[in-house]
Amino acid sequence: MPTTEEVRTDLAEIVNEVAGVPADDVQLDKSFTDDLDVDSLSMVEIIYAAEEKFGVSIPDEEAKNLKTVGDAVAYIERAAS
Amino acid sequence: MNLAVSRGASFSAILGVGGYRPRRIVDNAEICTYIDSSDEWIRTRSGIIERRWASADETVQMMSVAAARRAMERADVEPAQIDTVIVSTVTHLYQTPAVATTIASELGATGAAAFDISAACAGFCYGTAMADSFVRSGASKYVLVVGVERLSDMTNKHDRSTAFLFADGAGAAVIGPSDEPGIGPVVWGSDGEQAPLIQQTEPWDRALVKAEGDAGDPHWPTLRMDGNPVFKWAAYTMSKTAAEALDAAGVSPDDLDVFVPHQANMRITDAMFRALKLPEKVVVGRDIAYQGNTSAASIPLALEALLDSGEAKSGQTCLIIGFGAGLVYAGQVIVLP
Repeated sequence: MPTTEEVRTDLAEIVNEVAGVPADDVQLDKSFTDDLDVDSLSMVEIIYAAEEKFGVSIPDEEAKNLKTVGDAVAYIERAAS
Repeated sequence: MNLAVSRGASFSAILGVGGYRPRRIVDNAEICTYIDSSDEWIRTRSGIIERRWASADETVQMMSVAAARRAMERADVEPAQIDTVIVSTVTHLYQTPAVATTIASELGATGAAAFDISAACAGFCYGTAMADSFVRSGASKYVLVVGVERLSDMTNKHDRSTAFLFADGAGAAVIGPSDEPGIGPVVWGSDGEQAPLIQQTEPWDRALVKAEGDAGDPHWPTLRMDGNPVFKWAAYTMSKTAAEALDAAGVSPDDLDVFVPHQANMRITDAMFRALKLPEKVVVGRDIAYQGNTSAASIPLALEALLDSGEAKSGQTCLIIGFGAGLVYAGQVIVLP
């Protein structure tokens, strides 16, 4: 079972690759749109890559509720368990 | 008795491409007078810096003829040799006659088989696949394929999701017999379940009825689109189609020289590039930056731009893939003329 920090790190790598955001900025309390300047098209890519990386399904209705990095990490942890 | 059947060339190839770009350049600042947006947002969201909108004299016919003449010159093919004209467009506003017929006659391709196809942004790739088949079956010798649009006629200038994207232009290719294979197998299809994602807002009969009744409504039908699901489909499902087209042609990502997807959105182009894991050395068509999204015209215009600038060279392998309203899609590997 990966730790919360491990999930955050992997997600940060995805956000960095998709949207060019420095991985260190991708902290749990950060809002994707407001703090990290990630737009909805990048979120589509990030969600897709996260599904592949973590082996989880993130349907559109759930994806739109993932406002912060913490929301996404928590969802991934729940879905992967 | 046995029926005679046609036999064609062993191989076909694109012999020349040409384009026509409308005179009027519309920059993001102008778009921002119609929608509440910014140059920065538009560039980030789509990669578009400017686009071209056709003036009244730059009709579907006029732009197609100009693009076709360029393509024929470069192909070194005379109008009289063209025996088939395929025009892909969704903005020829007559149900009939097809604009291909008058294009054929204006060009001097007298008596050519001529028809329009409606395959949205996949139109050029659909047309190329058909042309390849016709040349190899013997139905045709030299086929003119045109992708042409006046999308600005069908765009709601105040729709924040589309006003900055759609633009006008024409691109053409002459396809004919070749000693070497020049057009790979097409991988094509449709997904009608997702038809609502990109659609004309209403049919003409409803629009005309409204026009009589309520003068205040914007009753000219326009093209609407659900951007995010279309982006997802294009970035991932279409990347799989593109990979299939490479495979069908026996070309690996490492062998590929050039990648020209339909110029829908620079973000889609980038996402597909990543999903296909193309090596950095692959030259990518980015004509959308100064041309906007011209649907069926976008691929031949982007091909012309790369060849004219020298970024892409004759004889190189190029993956083209179109995808759009329908939903429809078609991709193939071609050898650049």
